[in-house]
Amino acid sequence: MEVIMEALPALGDAWALILQPVVLGYLVLGVVMGLCIGVFPGLGGIAGLSLLLPFMFGMDPILGLALMVGMVAVVPTSDTFASVLMGIPGSSASQATVLDGFPMSKKGLAARALSAAFASSLFGGLVGATFLTVFILIARPIVLEFRTPELLMITIFGLSMVGILAGRVAIKGIVAAGLGMLIGTIGEGASSGDLRMSSYDFPYLTDGLKLVIVGLGIFAIPEIISLLRQDRAISREAQLGGGWLDGVRDWFANIWLSVRCSIIGVVVGVIPGLGGSVVDWIAYGHAVQTTKDKSNFGKGEVRGVIGPESSNNAKEGGGLVPTLLFGIPGSGSMAIFIGAIALLGSGQIEVGPAMLKNNLDITYSIVWLLALANVVGTIICIAASGGIAKLTTIRFALLAPFLFMIISFAAFQSGQNLMDLVALFAIGFLGLLMRRFDWSRPAFLIGFVLATPAENYANQAVQIASSRFRRGFEEGIDYIFSPIVIVLLIITVLSVVLGLRQAKNIMAEGDVQSGSKRAPLVFLLVITGYIAYAFYDAASIPSYSRDRVFPMFVASVCLVGCAFLIIRMMLKPETDTIFADRERNGEDANAKHGLWPTLAWFAGLLILTSLLGFILALVIFLFTFMRFRAGVSLVFATIYTVAGLAFMCGMAWLLNRDFPPGLLQEYVDLPWPLT
Amino acid sequence: MSTFKTTRRVATGLVAAATATFAMQANAGGHGIDLAGKTVEWIIPFSETGGSAKWANFYAPLLSEALPGEPTVVVKFMPGAGSTKGANFFQEQSYDDGTLIFGSSGSTQFPFLLGDPRVKYDYADWNVVLASGTGGVAYLPPELAAKMDGMDATPLQGEDFIYGNQGATRLDLVPTLAWEMLGLNVESVMGIKGRGDGRLMFERGEANIDYQTSSSYLSGVTPLVEAGAAVPMMTWGALDDAGNIVRDPTFPDIPTFKEVCEATPACETSGEKWDAWKAFFIAGFPAQKMVFLPNGASNDAIVTYTAAFEAVKARADFAEISGKRLGKYPQMTGEAAETAKASATNVSPEAKAFIVNWLQEKYGVSLN
Repeated sequence: MEVIMEALPALGDAWALILQPVVLGYLVLGVVMGLCIGVFPGLGGIAGLSLLLPFMFGMDPILGLALMVGMVAVVPTSDTFASVLMGIPGSSASQATVLDGFPMSKKGLAARALSAAFASSLFGGLVGATFLTVFILIARPIVLEFRTPELLMITIFGLSMVGILAGRVAIKGIVAAGLGMLIGTIGEGASSGDLRMSSYDFPYLTDGLKLVIVGLGIFAIPEIISLLRQDRAISREAQLGGGWLDGVRDWFANIWLSVRCSIIGVVVGVIPGLGGSVVDWIAYGHAVQTTKDKSNFGKGEVRGVIGPESSNNAKEGGGLVPTLLFGIPGSGSMAIFIGAIALLGSGQIEVGPAMLKNNLDITYSIVWLLALANVVGTIICIAASGGIAKLTTIRFALLAPFLFMIISFAAFQSGQNLMDLVALFAIGFLGLLMRRFDWSRPAFLIGFVLATPAENYANQAVQIASSRFRRGFEEGIDYIFSPIVIVLLIITVLSVVLGLRQAKNIMAEGDVQSGSKRAPLVFLLVITGYIAYAFYDAASIPSYSRDRVFPMFVASVCLVGCAFLIIRMMLKPETDTIFADRERNGEDANAKHGLWPTLAWFAGLLILTSLLGFILALVIFLFTFMRFRAGVSLVFATIYTVAGLAFMCGMAWLLNRDFPPGLLQEYVDLPWPLT
Repeated sequence: MSTFKTTRRVATGLVAAATATFAMQANAGGHGIDLAGKTVEWIIPFSETGGSAKWANFYAPLLSEALPGEPTVVVKFMPGAGSTKGANFFQEQSYDDGTLIFGSSGSTQFPFLLGDPRVKYDYADWNVVLASGTGGVAYLPPELAAKMDGMDATPLQGEDFIYGNQGATRLDLVPTLAWEMLGLNVESVMGIKGRGDGRLMFERGEANIDYQTSSSYLSGVTPLVEAGAAVPMMTWGALDDAGNIVRDPTFPDIPTFKEVCEATPACETSGEKWDAWKAFFIAGFPAQKMVFLPNGASNDAIVTYTAAFEAVKARADFAEISGKRLGKYPQMTGEAAETAKASATNVSPEAKAFIVNWLQEKYGVSLN
């Protein structure tokens, strides 16, 4: 009671701070900037906040906060555009949205999907803020109850979502997740720095692959290539059905799902160390499990959009708890946020354990600025969604080069290395084949995202637990089997059992026909070969290092799975679902253009970049693509090229980013942006 | 191609010489470069989220104001391979017009000192214009701290300690070696992503010994100490002008490791172990972060940047704005920075051999 008596005046102070016209003005400014940056996939809040940093020094704290919070808050809102319209996961927060949002766009329901998503985002943000207003007062002791075994258990719970998304052949889904985990372990091990599947002679891989590259590669590239081959617009219907009001109605009809997913979002967001990468998958899984008719998931079920979108804005609010109360950032953008807060004013706001005691009014201001930014951002987005949805009726060949440009630029920002583009292409190719042979790409991505936490928490929990056991058996058991762990364990087991039972109905990759035996078998054998090599590679790490255990374990599970799959392939006839192959039947098989020539365009951009640098390569790529593949007039192609370049240079200049240099730049010093 | 290159080089050389002569005449009295209308890129070989980012973001706007012509100063992050990627990149850059500077940290210095195979840079080539010091504080849970016999750590030798470690070859080797010298049985739990995660582990009761650098200690641990959830054990100390370890000016009431070591019979403040610890402490803390101009920088540029950082230090409000973010530590320029750089980037072969061998035996980390 005493706590609340203290909190109420602080809440009042916070509102008095927020409701000044100038503060609101800065908030709107931040929101608009955030929307502009968030629309482009792969850039996200980090790029935006870095842009603001130079202005934060000595700025009035509340104004600086309004600007920054406005920007951070709307990135998970605006990235929905890319996920729904193009099938490109704009950031880790909107990966699950792609699964049902993009099929909706293909059906011509883009505006409806978008507005349902935005309504959910808005609601999630508000629920999150309300929940936090009370919860933040009592959060500290609760958050401290989440020790390593609990964190490991949440990670495993996240992994159990693979069960739901595994696809028609469950073992294939599990192997796909395992493959994702093995790719996630590439590089230096966290425990003693031993290298997995990489070497210091070839330094790129020692840092591991970045989520941006894997996310864009596995989802975006296969979709872009596929649409490009069919040479049509994203929407199959020329007439767009379902206005934005329908989407809002959809959301309202599922309001309780939205409430539950918002709560999931805040709660998972609150736990430091996991970040937001699992939240949307857990919410998606929850949406699936609570829907009676599951047959539409993966084909454009609006509940599959509402669930994850409700959770990802709520998560941003939850993420404030570790950030403000512990000084431990829940995500990359939160880390910059902390750094920026120290620059504000005379540095009187000290993020960390003393935040609640000394700056409760500021804390509340941040929470409610976040909620308010959500409102403003959502209104702008809904207003824009009808117009932007028209993009889905444009012939795709006109959009594709622009998308290739944006994706390549975003991928390059993650490591500032030409190898980023090679990695993007390689993962994209893997994604393409996984899509073709009906291997669950969501399962792969969940595996990739959770590989690092799963490995670290498992190693740490084992180490700490064994130290506790040395002190006494009971102490060790208490540590591992805390009440939270037991509850999570039960939920996980239930979700796996239910998930596997339902998985057959949920086609994360849509319906795929079966065809001949050879191609699917060859793909499986190649995957098996990689996994076997990864096992061998991990096994050659000296046995005292913990860095070998996790990859070896995952690889052995996968190898058993692969063995089952190979046996099944040998026994079953070629009409069996295991031989699913998109090139046999359906859209891809009847596409106008072949797979290889289409892929060659993207490969061409890559090769040109390695020779001439990104900008010169773009000039050639944009122009020749427009002229020869899209077949537009010379004038149009020229205008397109110039506009594309101007856009790219403008954005890079604004964000102060460089472009990938090529061989040419080794020999000649060129002025920016050609460097 | 090669003829072309040579011609180019000759041409640029001529131009440079001409400009230099012109500059000399123009600034005969002042010696300096004018950066008006230019953009200074400050490369930080870490991500946007670390301590070096905080440090650079603190200095960047101040530096911009202090440099002649008030250029825009942009911090550019180039993380990778434990900061060796960015440092290797900087090594390849040659001096152009003074618009490129580099910020290194203890985590860049340690791989260099230990002969990490990824290191392709050499500090000897770089020109230091600023060196920022810091300190570190180790702390314990109250019930364990109460067991200490004054400054004598002997009663703690029977305890099982858990420490969240960022990596055997990182700055964390300074605390882990210190605890080992005191005879404490500390087990390192690896895979921690930053010292903040280590502190969280301590707060959750999983780790029962921890250390933080000064600024993080002030913001993250002081409230815990006030709440009775943590008790400081010792600081690593600071260096006086003669190179002796003395009490840390930010924490004058907390004993140094040297004092604790002297009070603990198992620990010795002489011998190769102590020498190795001291060498790596000096490399890691009193000159933890430095700003460099690239190989071949003109004297004018060095003078200009040194003057700019001196102007920043001379600001009336510098003590106030830097105190919380950087702690009360020397921000060294000119001669002092040179000395700091020398002590931070040179360790005796014996100290290096000892640490390399110690890492191999304790963690199985091989640095070849």
